[in-house]
Amino acid sequence: MYDFEFVKPSTVDEAVAALSSEDAQALGGGQTLIPTMKQRLASPTKLVSLLGIASMAGVSENNGVVTIGGATTHADVAAAGLGAVSTLAGNIGDPAVRNRGTIGGSLANNDPSADYPAAILALGATIVTNNREIAAGDFFDGMFTTTLEEGEIITAVSFTPPSAASYQKFEQPASHFALTGVFVAKTASGVRVAVTGASEEGVHRWTTAEDALNTNFSADALEGLSVSPDGMIADLHGTAEYRANLVKVLAQRAVASC
Amino acid sequence: MTNVSMTVNGKAVSGEVEGRTLLSDFLRENLHLTGTHVGCDTSQCGACTVHVAGKMVKSCTMLALEADGGDVSTIEGMANEDGSLGVIQAAFQEHHGLQCGFCTPGMVMAASALLAENSSPSEAEIRHHLDGNICRCTGYHNIVKSIQAAASALS
Repeated sequence: MYDFEFVKPSTVDEAVAALSSEDAQALGGGQTLIPTMKQRLASPTKLVSLLGIASMAGVSENNGVVTIGGATTHADVAAAGLGAVSTLAGNIGDPAVRNRGTIGGSLANNDPSADYPAAILALGATIVTNNREIAAGDFFDGMFTTTLEEGEIITAVSFTPPSAASYQKFEQPASHFALTGVFVAKTASGVRVAVTGASEEGVHRWTTAEDALNTNFSADALEGLSVSPDGMIADLHGTAEYRANLVKVLAQRAVASC
Repeated sequence: MTNVSMTVNGKAVSGEVEGRTLLSDFLRENLHLTGTHVGCDTSQCGACTVHVAGKMVKSCTMLALEADGGDVSTIEGMANEDGSLGVIQAAFQEHHGLQCGFCTPGMVMAASALLAENSSPSEAEIRHHLDGNICRCTGYHNIVKSIQAAASALS
């Protein structure tokens, strides 16, 4: 790992100012960024830790809207009693990773096999940054890409709790990432189905399944659907066809356990 | 170089580190606490597991400067004050919870973190908790037995 300057501001404003210098990079729990830097796949000249900003940590509920601070660890989300979202958080990585990794870091990285993006997209959550609010549907922009601007910080994520939800993950046992994962949520605007670990475009909604489930919310409603393997990830862990099949199977399991 | 200060196993320590200095390197190179092992250095194996503010973390995947002002516990802090083995360590010895011993510091720290949260974990809970601690000797059965025995001894 190349050396860098490390700063740990205590306010969002200070962090934004620190990130304005060239090649500065925000640091959440570092559970992806530090390994990436060790491999010299990233070499920022300055790391701006967001873990010293007290206002960015913790879970709160106000007027029926849940807000999770961007620097909240997976372990804290797992313990927050948020139903399927807490279950999802409690199965990210391993216990040590969950004690460091943060929801903001995971979303900003947008790994195509990460768990959180599926939940955030299925819930129709709002990504709150230091200067705007971004709807989940406008946030994810392909593999490892988001619509965040340079130096923009995810300060929080907010959503209205669904009336029912379930996340089903087929775990890649070595990495603990989702080989494929499907989050199904019954929201005020209808059923939403989001898929991670499948498409080469990253997390996405399976709208055909949503239409079917809005008519008949049962696993059987998906039985007649098929998922095309075109554009699916293929690697040593699974072919595109295998992942396409997993999307349907996991969606059915998620519906059944809602 | 920047000065970093923290409490390690109850003692105040400080040292000069670079931004990139990992907590595992600070413990091993600056403090000579070489009980914390670095197995993979890729965040997979958990041999480097320590506690920061009572939570288990992989010290090879945390910057030393992130622990500035913090409270760190390592395997060296697990023994009793007279140097005899602590309860979890003694259970690992009694139940042959180690073969080559390389992963053991991380296993003991993981076990300690689990038992602090859950005093009587089921076998499934123990195995799930050890997701991020790899034993290359594959000695998991006796590691699980050791943790069950430690839970009984502590209760």
